[in-house]
Amino acid sequence: MPELPEHLELKRTRVSCNFDAPTDTEPILYSGAYASMGVDNTNMEDFFKNFKIKINRLTEDEIEFDMVGIDAALANAFRRILIAEVPTMAIEKVFIANNTSVIQDEVLAHRLGLIPLNVDPRLFEYKSEKDLPNEKNTIVFGLHARCERGAPRNTVKSDELKWLPNGSEFLLATEDNDSDPAAKARTYTSFSCGQDSLPEFSVNPICARHPDITIARLGPGQEIELEAHAVKGVGKEHAKWSPVATAWYRMLPEVVLLQDVYDEKAEKLVRKCPVNVFDIEDVANGRKAVVARPRACTLCRECIREEGWDQYVALRRKRDHFIFTIESTGALPPEVLFTEAVKILEDKCERVITELS
Amino acid sequence: MEHGSYKNPSASTFSLSEEDHTLANSLRFVLNKDPRVTFCGYSIPHPSEAKVNIRVQTTGDHASEVLKDSCQNLMNICEHVRNTFENAVDEYRNSEATDSMAITH
Repeated sequence: MPELPEHLELKRTRVSCNFDAPTDTEPILYSGAYASMGVDNTNMEDFFKNFKIKINRLTEDEIEFDMVGIDAALANAFRRILIAEVPTMAIEKVFIANNTSVIQDEVLAHRLGLIPLNVDPRLFEYKSEKDLPNEKNTIVFGLHARCERGAPRNTVKSDELKWLPNGSEFLLATEDNDSDPAAKARTYTSFSCGQDSLPEFSVNPICARHPDITIARLGPGQEIELEAHAVKGVGKEHAKWSPVATAWYRMLPEVVLLQDVYDEKAEKLVRKCPVNVFDIEDVANGRKAVVARPRACTLCRECIREEGWDQYVALRRKRDHFIFTIESTGALPPEVLFTEAVKILEDKCERVITELS
Repeated sequence: MEHGSYKNPSASTFSLSEEDHTLANSLRFVLNKDPRVTFCGYSIPHPSEAKVNIRVQTTGDHASEVLKDSCQNLMNICEHVRNTFENAVDEYRNSEATDSMAITH
């Protein structure tokens, strides 16, 4: 198969970061773009052959991996889905029985909503406006904290949110209280069974992901009594449902020395770089600058800012190489989040196919 | 899903509701890689309306068929990405396990 000339191949596979502005930022997508040169730009088979992922770091709530051989359109789709469309559970309704603290009801409710919960959202269903809260779509937490008169001020932390596996304990106000006192009083939820009887929760009780998030501070004589109902949702409705702190990628930087740089000039180049991309090597004809750590490059362009230096150094990015980082808030481990995000994109395609047929 | 014109099946605009750049840009990428497609682009007519219009013009095939094939291609790509990712995670875990064993010895 014929190959593209060098200058076109460079434009196809690299984004150039010049001293004033980046160029060749738009990828060339059209399948027939190089048809006149006999080069096929389709390369779908190449994708299945060349696509690679390498994990660099994987901890309880963070992952960094290299994704090579994919277009920015798809990498960005995964990132957008991670932030806005992977569901989690978060507190949505707060029933406040008593709040004499200085923090207002609505501010308190907002703070509660933002607390990450340690529960797998895949075990729950979405609750629509007309659904009754039941054990499959709602998690209920109770919070009762008070500061006795004469006691020092205390801080209410997220570990005081107590999971109520049998649902709400607040009774619904009814008009005919005295009609049938023997009948079981109705609460704000209608659970048919306790959530703690389900095997997935009995071993792993539901709680806040971090025990030390400050909810409020109480002065002597102040009290908070409330119930918080958590439901399933996605980040595009409210950021509290976003399963990631952030998810981002950057293209792999490529630093190329266009000419050999020696001695004093080399030392100057090493000093120019704030993240130490360059090193000096001793060779037969002097001390030569080499690119030692291109991955550290932030493309600050400090090395090419001075007049004439872009003759020596070229800063580029590899168009199909992404360094992808996901920081989970804790409901799901980061590697599961990514597979979930890819599945969601598949579901979207599936939906279009069924609508077309 | 709405359809633009029915006069010329090789050039159609598809209107997808409840979708945004996430799907439309991915589909644009996959459609452009299809040699049957002469033109493909998308637009979001109004930012507060959850709707995208995808324009597909082909060399002669039915635009809806081409779009369907592209969706299938995108699903295959996603499946490949997922499998590759899961293998990479397993590989990483295995190498970590052998590394930690090497330290304890």
